[in-house]
Amino acid sequence: MTAIALKVEKVAAHFGGLVALSDMNFTVGEGEIVSLIGPNGAGKTTAFNVVTGFLDPTHGAVSYRGTALNGLKPHQIAELGLIRTFQRTSVFPNDTVYDNLLVGLHRQGRVSLLEAILGLPRARSSQRRLRERASELVEWVGLERRAHDLAGSLSYGEQRLVGVALALAAEPSMLLLDEPVSGMNASETHTFVQLVRNIRDRGVTILLVEHDMPMVMSVSDRIVVLNYGRIIAEGPPDMIRNDPAVIEAYLGQGATRA
Amino acid sequence: MKSGIAILTVVAFASVPLWLRDPYLMNALITTGIFIIGAMSLNLLLGFTGQLSLGHIAFFGIGAYVSALTSLGFDVGLPFGFRIVHHPWPPIAGFVLAIAIAGLCGYLVGLLSFRVRGAYFVIVTISFAEVVRLVALNWVELTQGPLALTNIPSITVGLPGLGDLTLRTKLQNYYFVLAVAVVTYLLISRLVHSHFGRAMRGLMENETLAVSVGIDVTKTLTLAAVISAGIAGAAGSLYAHYIRIIDPEVFAFINTVTMVIMVITGGKGSLAGPVVGGMIFGLLPVFLRPIMAPKAQWIAYGGVLIIILFVLPRGIVPSLALRFAKRRSRPETVAPVTFSERDAKEHA
Repeated sequence: MTAIALKVEKVAAHFGGLVALSDMNFTVGEGEIVSLIGPNGAGKTTAFNVVTGFLDPTHGAVSYRGTALNGLKPHQIAELGLIRTFQRTSVFPNDTVYDNLLVGLHRQGRVSLLEAILGLPRARSSQRRLRERASELVEWVGLERRAHDLAGSLSYGEQRLVGVALALAAEPSMLLLDEPVSGMNASETHTFVQLVRNIRDRGVTILLVEHDMPMVMSVSDRIVVLNYGRIIAEGPPDMIRNDPAVIEAYLGQGATRA
Repeated sequence: MKSGIAILTVVAFASVPLWLRDPYLMNALITTGIFIIGAMSLNLLLGFTGQLSLGHIAFFGIGAYVSALTSLGFDVGLPFGFRIVHHPWPPIAGFVLAIAIAGLCGYLVGLLSFRVRGAYFVIVTISFAEVVRLVALNWVELTQGPLALTNIPSITVGLPGLGDLTLRTKLQNYYFVLAVAVVTYLLISRLVHSHFGRAMRGLMENETLAVSVGIDVTKTLTLAAVISAGIAGAAGSLYAHYIRIIDPEVFAFINTVTMVIMVITGGKGSLAGPVVGGMIFGLLPVFLRPIMAPKAQWIAYGGVLIIILFVLPRGIVPSLALRFAKRRSRPETVAPVTFSERDAKEHA
């Protein structure tokens, strides 16, 4: 058993009377790829928002590598190396792909304001390093040819890649991907799965929310299934594939009997 | 190429006193220059963080009053029998204090309003300017109220090897304002191309995403507000020591509007925008004066503003830059002018 990276304990999130999540418990081990699946409205994105500090849970606690995340702001959680991507708003549309990555490199580029304004050697060399790193990342996600196009002008699938590269620019130790392959065609999805494996091989833990079942089944070490805000199953892909509760949640009751 | 234009512009401005002898026009250029510095500071907020400060003149006016009072001295009574007596300091100390105190006010306003932002920031800044105006009007013991602070001394600068120089003539003031404007331009340029600048742009374009890669919203915006307010304070100080008389009218809302118009017509988010917009609206009164009453001039401003934005909707500088880039790259694909390309050229 590897060390636990992310621990979600008894988390509940209510919006007024609506229960988006109730009593959610799961863990993600270091270097694991875990997927969070469930029908629409099951609470997957809410779970993401709670973990990354965009939403305060009504009850419960989340901790990452032993640090409690409750009450921390999103940028403070990003500081801990927990970086997410978004379903829809994944890029800075009016900047080039390359500039998007430079913004993503924010955590790496810190020099004091005075050094930056006076253009001191340390600020200059830091700028140079960031540029190199941004070029590397553009290459790594295979978007060299679009590097100087506005991110907003890219295809949907390409924008997802920029979103992931942006998150990687922030040097995550754990990456949370919110429906990364939605809008991608089959070959793009295939490439993306390779990319996710590559990222994991670099030692990054991954939590994935996704609807594309073949993709989830092929890439995950473990799957957590949510329905109506609670966990109904958890385990390796083979087990989830045959779990009656999961089949019922996705296909309805008739399917289990058929 | 871009830095070439910048150097040419500075040289052109520096040569103006050699062929322009008309004191009225020189005066117009000096006050225009001061307002351009104010407009540049406003652009830092409006153009690079997307936050509209409609009370920006407050920082300018605070700079003017702080600088004037520092160099004039004052003696005011406080509640419980305390008195503050301040003896006159050299105007250059006033200049520094003006930047510091205006910056501090920017910090407080930013801290108050950036938790909510957008429309709230606009309202907080308007109210702030109005409160400051009322204080200036009614704290007669300190500010002389509507009687105005008069006889404000001119700035004295220590030149290495040349001794002290007091800026009495228009010529001297012109070059001093030009120098401060150039320094301001360079400062803002460096700032927006640094990682602070990228953080500001990121926040303006997609705040949620910016936050998710570790950008601290409140800190970034507050920092922008402090620097912007500090620069506005510097402009206010220049104004006070050049005009040598200030009254609470300096806080008039119309002065903020003038700066906003300068930034929008010139092109917000472009470094040269406030300079171009500032020259147009700073010098327009000079040309309109013989043919129009002062109140009627405001109608003309509105007309000019509408025409410019109708023809060049992004503001003069960005629109022209875009057309120029299109023309040059017509044979190949059309490449929009982007941040990084400009960036790369400037640092090349």
